[in-house]
Amino acid sequence: MRSWRDEIRSAIAVLNLEATREAEVLEELSQHLQDRREAMLASELTAQQVDEALMQELHDPALIAGLKATVHSELPFLPVGSDSGGQLLGRIWMDLRYAGRVSIQNPGFSLVVILSLALGIGANTAIFQLLNAVRLRVLPVSKPEGLASVRIVDSPHCCTGDFYSDHPDLTADIWNQVRQQQQGFSKIAAWYPTRLNSSRGIESKPVSTLMVSGNFFDVLGVQPSLGRLISPADDYRGCGAQGAVVSYGFWQREFGGDPGILEKKITLDGHPFQIMGATAPDFAGIEVGRTFDVAIPLCAEEAISAKGPSRDPVAWWITTIGRLRPGWTLERASAQLAGVSPGIFAATVPVQFDGPARKDYLSFRLGAVPEANGFSTLRTNYQEPLWLLLGLAGLVLLIACANLANLMLARASAREREMALRLTLGASRPRLIRQLVTESLLLAVLGAAAGVVLAQMLSPLLITYLSTQLDQVFLELTLDWHVVGFVTGLAVLATVLFGLTPAFRASRVAPGMALKASGRGVSASGESVLLRRVLVVSQVALSMVLLVSALLFVRTFQNLMRVDTGFQQGHILIANFDYSPLKLPESSQMVFKRELLTRIQAVPGVASAAETLFPPLSQAGWDGSVDIPDGPQRQDVRLSRISPGYFKTMEMELISGRDFNYADAPAAIHKAVVNRAFVLKFFGKTNPLGRMFYDSGKRDMPYQVIGVVNDTKYYSLREDPAPIVFVSFTQANGPQERSTLMIRSNESLPPLMSSIKSTASQINPGMVLDFSALKTQILDGLLRERLLAMLSGFFGVLATVLAMVGLYGVISCLVVKRANEIGLRMALGANRLDILAMVLREAATLLGAGLAIGAVLALSVGNIAASMLYGLKPRDPLTLAAAVTAMAAIALAASLLPAQRAASVDPMTALREE
Amino acid sequence: MDRELKRGSTELLILSLIEYRARHGYEISKLIEDRSGGVLTFNVASFYPLLYRLEQRGLISGRWVEKAGQRRRRYYKLTASGKKMLKAQRSTWRDFVDAIQRITAAEHA
Repeated sequence: MRSWRDEIRSAIAVLNLEATREAEVLEELSQHLQDRREAMLASELTAQQVDEALMQELHDPALIAGLKATVHSELPFLPVGSDSGGQLLGRIWMDLRYAGRVSIQNPGFSLVVILSLALGIGANTAIFQLLNAVRLRVLPVSKPEGLASVRIVDSPHCCTGDFYSDHPDLTADIWNQVRQQQQGFSKIAAWYPTRLNSSRGIESKPVSTLMVSGNFFDVLGVQPSLGRLISPADDYRGCGAQGAVVSYGFWQREFGGDPGILEKKITLDGHPFQIMGATAPDFAGIEVGRTFDVAIPLCAEEAISAKGPSRDPVAWWITTIGRLRPGWTLERASAQLAGVSPGIFAATVPVQFDGPARKDYLSFRLGAVPEANGFSTLRTNYQEPLWLLLGLAGLVLLIACANLANLMLARASAREREMALRLTLGASRPRLIRQLVTESLLLAVLGAAAGVVLAQMLSPLLITYLSTQLDQVFLELTLDWHVVGFVTGLAVLATVLFGLTPAFRASRVAPGMALKASGRGVSASGESVLLRRVLVVSQVALSMVLLVSALLFVRTFQNLMRVDTGFQQGHILIANFDYSPLKLPESSQMVFKRELLTRIQAVPGVASAAETLFPPLSQAGWDGSVDIPDGPQRQDVRLSRISPGYFKTMEMELISGRDFNYADAPAAIHKAVVNRAFVLKFFGKTNPLGRMFYDSGKRDMPYQVIGVVNDTKYYSLREDPAPIVFVSFTQANGPQERSTLMIRSNESLPPLMSSIKSTASQINPGMVLDFSALKTQILDGLLRERLLAMLSGFFGVLATVLAMVGLYGVISCLVVKRANEIGLRMALGANRLDILAMVLREAATLLGAGLAIGAVLALSVGNIAASMLYGLKPRDPLTLAAAVTAMAAIALAASLLPAQRAASVDPMTALREE
Repeated sequence: MDRELKRGSTELLILSLIEYRARHGYEISKLIEDRSGGVLTFNVASFYPLLYRLEQRGLISGRWVEKAGQRRRRYYKLTASGKKMLKAQRSTWRDFVDAIQRITAAEHA
C-alpha cells in the first residue's frame, strides 16, 4: 500500500506547520485518501488510475492556498533553535520579538534592570555630556581645526603687571608688534572679554562684552543674522564709542528678535553705541561655558575707561585668535614667533621695569597654541573633577551591572527548564546564547534610552549648579556623536557585563538533569554560587572605593567650610559704587570717597562699613615685592588698600599697634599694617612697630609698620598664611572713580540694599551700584568642592545600597539552597543562634573579602584625588575606618533578615521537602 | 458545478450533515456525493480547507475518537454557534430558493 503520509507531508511541507498540527493533518488526510482509494478501486478503475487521480487531487494548489488561510500555528513561535533558514535580519528580529515578549512577561524584573541601568547610564551620560561640552567639542565656527592663538610660552617668569581677563595673554604693545611681525597666520585677531554696565539707573545691569579687533568675525567665519558685523574699518585708533554688534541670544532675549534694533543704541558704561547687527544663532562666543551679549571694536576701550588697559604698558588683557597660513604647522609658526620674540620684547619693555624685571621681560618667548576647542576657565577648573566624577559614575555602573548579573543568574536557574527543553528539541548552544544575549541587549538598550532621558534632565541641573551670580555658565548640550557613541558603548559594555556570563551558564545545562530536577534548579550548584559570591565581593570592594572617595570629598568640603579665614564672613554686604559717570576731578575724588563712606556708615542698620580695594577671596589681588632694610630683598607680598575701620568691620584681630586713621594724610610717610606671617618672615621675634620697608627697588617709597593683624586668607581658602601688607586710602587714592565697601549689618539683605540705594541716589543719582554677599561669594568659590562632595556622596550612597541588595540576594539564595542542611543541623541539635551565626559568618566572609580588596583599591586610587583634597590625606585612616564601619553595619543589617529566616526554619518541614 | 456556488452552499451542506450526529471527514464528503447522486463531489484539496475553516470559526469542533477495531478518526460535530448559523443559513437558503422558484414559476404561468 502506498504511503499517503509521505505524499501529503511533501505536499504541505511549504506550510511549515507546527509539529502537532502537522501530524493531525497528515493523519486525517491520509485516512481520507485511503478510504477514497478503496471506494474507487471497487469501481472499474485500475489501481494506477486511482492513484494518479488521487495524486492529482493532492497536488491541487487549492489545498495549499486553502490550508494556509485556515491552519496556522496556534502557539507563539518558540525559536527552538534551527540556525538554518531565514535572513539574518529576520532572525534577529525574531529574537528581538521573543526577547520583548519575555521582558513583558516579567515586568518587575525588566523594570528593575531598566531602572538600574537608567541610573547608572544616566549619571555617566550627564557627566560625560558636560565633559564633552567643556573639553572635547570644537568651537561652532567654520574650520575650527585651523585656529590657534599667540601666547608667551616656556617662560617661567611670565609675567608681572595687571591681569584683566581669564586669558590675559598679551599687552596692547605686544599685540601691535605681533600683528606686524608674525608670518604663520593668514589672519589674526585680538579680543578681550569684559563686563560693561548697560543700565542708566542707579543699579548696574552687567552685559558680557567682547571687545574685538576689526577682523575678529572674519577670522572665525561668523556671519551676521541681521545687519553687519564689526569690520576692520570700524577698528581704528581713537574710534570712540560708535557701533556695536549684539549676539543672537541677546537680540532675542532683550529685544524679542525685533529687526528694528538697527535703529537703536545701547548704553555701555554710559557711552551710547549704535547697534549695527546681530551674529548668527550658532555663534555663542569663543569661550566655552560663557556666552557674550555685545561685541564692540577693541579701539573703543580708550573711550570707555580713562585709565583702562589700552593705555597701560603692564596691563595684560589681550587674547588672540588666528588662522594658520596654508602649509604652516603650529611648530613652524611657533618657530617664527620665537625668532621675532627678542625684537618684540625689546621694543615693548615697560619703562617702569627695573633691572631684574626688565631682564625677565626680555627673556619671554612667543609661541602658537592650538585653539580648536575654544578658550575656557571652566575647562581648567572642572576638567579634572569631571574626569574623576566620570570614573566614580563608571564604578556605580559596574556595581549596577554586577547586581544585574546576579539577578540574571538567579533568573537563569528559574529558566533552566525552558533552556533544557529547547536544547532537547535541537537548539544549539550558540543559538541559545544569542537569544539570551539579545534579551540582555534589549534591556540594556531600553535602560540606555531611559538613561539618556535622565541625563537630559540632570545635565542642565549641573550647569545651573555651576553658575554663580557673577559667572553665568552657558553650555549648549547637544547629543553629538561623542555622546551617542559613549552611550552606545555603555549599553554594549553593560550587556557584556551583566548578560554574557549568565547566558553562557544558562545554556550549559544538561537537558536531562534540568528536566528531571523539579522545583529547585541545578544552577544553584557550587560553581554558580561561587560566581555570585565573586560578584558580591567585587560589589562590596567597588562600593568601598566609592564610599571612601565620597567621605574624602565631603570631609574636604567640610574642612574648607570650617577654615578660619581670619575674618567673620557672615553679615557682610559688598557694595560696589561706580561714580565714573560723575566725571569728578581727580582732586575731589578722595573727599567724595570719604563723604560716601560716612553717609553709608550712617545708614540705619549698618553696624560698620569700610572701603577696600577688593574683598578677600574674590580672586582679585595685588601682588608686589618689598625690600627689607638690612634684610631680604625682592620679597613677594600681597597688598590691599583699605580705609580706617576695615579691621573692625571684618572683625579681624589687631594684635599690636593701631588701625589707620584720617590723620594719616597723603603727605606723611606711608603707613602700613602687616599680618603675623609678614612679621614672622621678615622681622622674626623683634618688635615690628615702627620698622620700615620699601617697595622693591624704590628707596623713595618707604613704608612704616604701625600695626599687626592676624593672618587672613587672601586668594583661596586652601592657601597657607602669606605675608600681607595693608596700606591706607587716606594716603593715596586707589582705584579712581569707584569704591568697594564692606558693610556689616544684622539687617536682612533686601531692606538694607534698598536703603543703601536710596542713600546713594541722594548723594548723586548718577552713580552705578551693585551688591553681593561676602558669604555667598566665598561659597561660590567652593563650587568645585561642593560639586565633588555632592555627586561623590550621591554615588557612594547609591553604590552602597546596590551592593547591599546584592549581598542580601546572595545570602537569601544560600539560605534557600541550604534549607535541608539547616533543617538537618537543627534536628541534630543545633539551636537557632548557631544557625544565625552560621549564616552571618557566610555574610561576614563575603564582606571581609570585599572590604579588604576595596581598602587596597581605595588606597591605591586615592592619590588621583590628592590634589583636590584639603585638610586630610588620601590615605586618611579615619576615613577608611569610617567607611569600613559603615559598610559593615549596613551589611550586617542586609544579611540579618535572611539569617533570621534561616534560623526560623522548621526542621521537619525542611527535611520533608527533600 | 460552478465553484463559487458550490463553496457558498457547501458550508450549509456540511453543517446540516452533522446536525444530529458527529461524522468524520470522509463520511461527510461521501454522504454529499451519494445524496446528490454524484452531482456534488469534493476532492481533498477543496474539502478539508473548508472543514478547517468552519472549525476555526467555531461553528464545528473536531475530536479524535477511537472505536474498537478501527483506526482513530476525527469526528466533527456542531457547536452552539454552528447550530445558530445552520438555522440562519437554512432560512436564507429557503428564501433564496423560494424567490428563484417564484420567478421561474411566473415565467411558466
